[in-house]
Amino acid sequence: MMNKNTKLKGYLVNTVALAVLLMAFLILNANFKTPFYSVVFIPSLWQISYLIILAASLNLVLGFLGQLSLGHCGFMAIGAYTAALLSLYFERAGIFTDKKAPVFIVSILVSLLAGGLLAAIVGIIVGIPALRLKGDYLAIITLGFGMIICNVINNLPFAGMEGLSKGSAAASLYKTGLGFGNTLKTKYAWVAIVITILCLAAMFMFIRSRFGRAIESIRDDEIAASASGINVSLYKVGTFVYSAFFAGIAGGLFACCNSSLSTASFAFTNGSILNSTFIVVMVVVGGMGSLTGSMLSAVLMFLLNYVIKNVIKASGMPLFVQNLFKYPMLVYAIVLIIVIMFKPKGILGTREFSLVNTIEYIKGKLGKKAVKEGGSK
Amino acid sequence: MLRVENLHVSYGAVKAIKGISLKVNDGEIVSLIGANGAGKTTVLHTITGLVQPEDGIIEYNEINLQAVAPNKIVTLGLAHVPEGRHVFTQMTVTENLLMGAHYRKDRNKIEGDLEVVYESFPRLKERSRQFAGTLSGGEQQMLAMGRAMMSKPKLVVMDEPSMGLSPLLVKEVFNIIKTMHDNGITVLLVEQNAKMALSISDRAYVLETGKITMSGNASDLLLDERIKKAYLGA
Repeated sequence: MMNKNTKLKGYLVNTVALAVLLMAFLILNANFKTPFYSVVFIPSLWQISYLIILAASLNLVLGFLGQLSLGHCGFMAIGAYTAALLSLYFERAGIFTDKKAPVFIVSILVSLLAGGLLAAIVGIIVGIPALRLKGDYLAIITLGFGMIICNVINNLPFAGMEGLSKGSAAASLYKTGLGFGNTLKTKYAWVAIVITILCLAAMFMFIRSRFGRAIESIRDDEIAASASGINVSLYKVGTFVYSAFFAGIAGGLFACCNSSLSTASFAFTNGSILNSTFIVVMVVVGGMGSLTGSMLSAVLMFLLNYVIKNVIKASGMPLFVQNLFKYPMLVYAIVLIIVIMFKPKGILGTREFSLVNTIEYIKGKLGKKAVKEGGSK
Repeated sequence: MLRVENLHVSYGAVKAIKGISLKVNDGEIVSLIGANGAGKTTVLHTITGLVQPEDGIIEYNEINLQAVAPNKIVTLGLAHVPEGRHVFTQMTVTENLLMGAHYRKDRNKIEGDLEVVYESFPRLKERSRQFAGTLSGGEQQMLAMGRAMMSKPKLVVMDEPSMGLSPLLVKEVFNIIKTMHDNGITVLLVEQNAKMALSISDRAYVLETGKITMSGNASDLLLDERIKKAYLGA
């Protein structure tokens, strides 16, 4: 069992490391103003942040609880629309007028939180009946949920088929307060980073708690878990809802990244990086049951997506290579197959990257080296 | 301590249990023996709430168990060691044992109980940081029993603890059951290995296709001609 002292030390080391990194980033952010930075790097940072939250939150259900859910983007859609509509309301009510004022950031945070909460409420409604099913059946019903939710949103009079402002979808999100341009993204980059850190910290604390151990036991053996006094259905729904909450927040961040919002982005047929199957792929590649693995694979998958979309075309590669990359899903499939061939449990498996352990490891290596050198003299 | 009366259980149209009654008194080891498909596991699953009976009474210390949710039964001091070593394969041995104590409110005592379990199962202590899935069959059975002990039970119901184990390990497992019994735990044992089960039990019931055909003191049953023929192969 992990002893209290090492646990505390771990929290301390991680907090300090994150604080240092954040400070370094803020200094960099204030002084660094090349076009590459504000046009490529910062928008990528935003996208990576919501992808990380999405993959990690799905991992709670898929890797730790062991239930296959294919409707994660549905919760994301709920979060995105709720946050966008709420921030639109805030702006119309005159709560903020200037996107530079501190009250703006507060209302954005409130919108994101509301997006998460509504996604969680829908998670309860969907989870209670759906989680009575297992395996393929659960996958089908969650898949259906993802499709239904898009249709529901399309037919809501205040959300609408064409995006938020019916017809002029292109400019709609900018009107809401969400929908950051590159300048705002750079100015508020810390928001994305802090939200990602907070969400991940909350998820880590969840899986390290006794609840985390309980849901892992459900994944391994439901009968034995029940015999150990665990209310299996309660824990299942609880985890599902917790995961939906973070998917909702990720949806809010997604809305911030874009100039328009349409349910096509969350549809199952969507060929881009954002569809529920793709998030499943991310979790599998990173390792089911490893939150740090999900983070890693979210970053890798984003980079892969970026390379496919932007670099290959511009690189002047032979035509047949370019043609191959016209079908990105094919490339993702190949990547998935390669990873599964060499690392059947994903990049990290069920292990977590731990800063404290890495430091100890390096210390141990250095110590050994020192001893060896001492001996050779 | 445990009283089952006129229990009927069906799986759809198939009647698995046709009106059985049995009793476990405080401090006893009672075994329920029978061939494959006799309904032994169904009886246990009905007691621990995993299967709903059609009819009948199941009382544990005067509490109607049918009104208690399966996950609450363990809090009453009734632990279930499921058949086929249901251990949490992706968790370490220590984590598995701690799961047994998951419901308990007296957190500060759990550490001490963990030591007690490790004393009874030194093999588990050696493997405490290993994943349970990497243990051998016998070790997994011990782990399942150790996990039940972590819940501080008064009554343990065990489903085929000897299944798939070598004769030597079977002996070891039965020795552990005896030790648990000596520590004041009442045991209801479901077994196919009639000889072993009868040799450590106080009383026994013989189950045949959903009905109890014989019952009595284990030592008498061990000598009974019909039992010898049917189960002991003599």
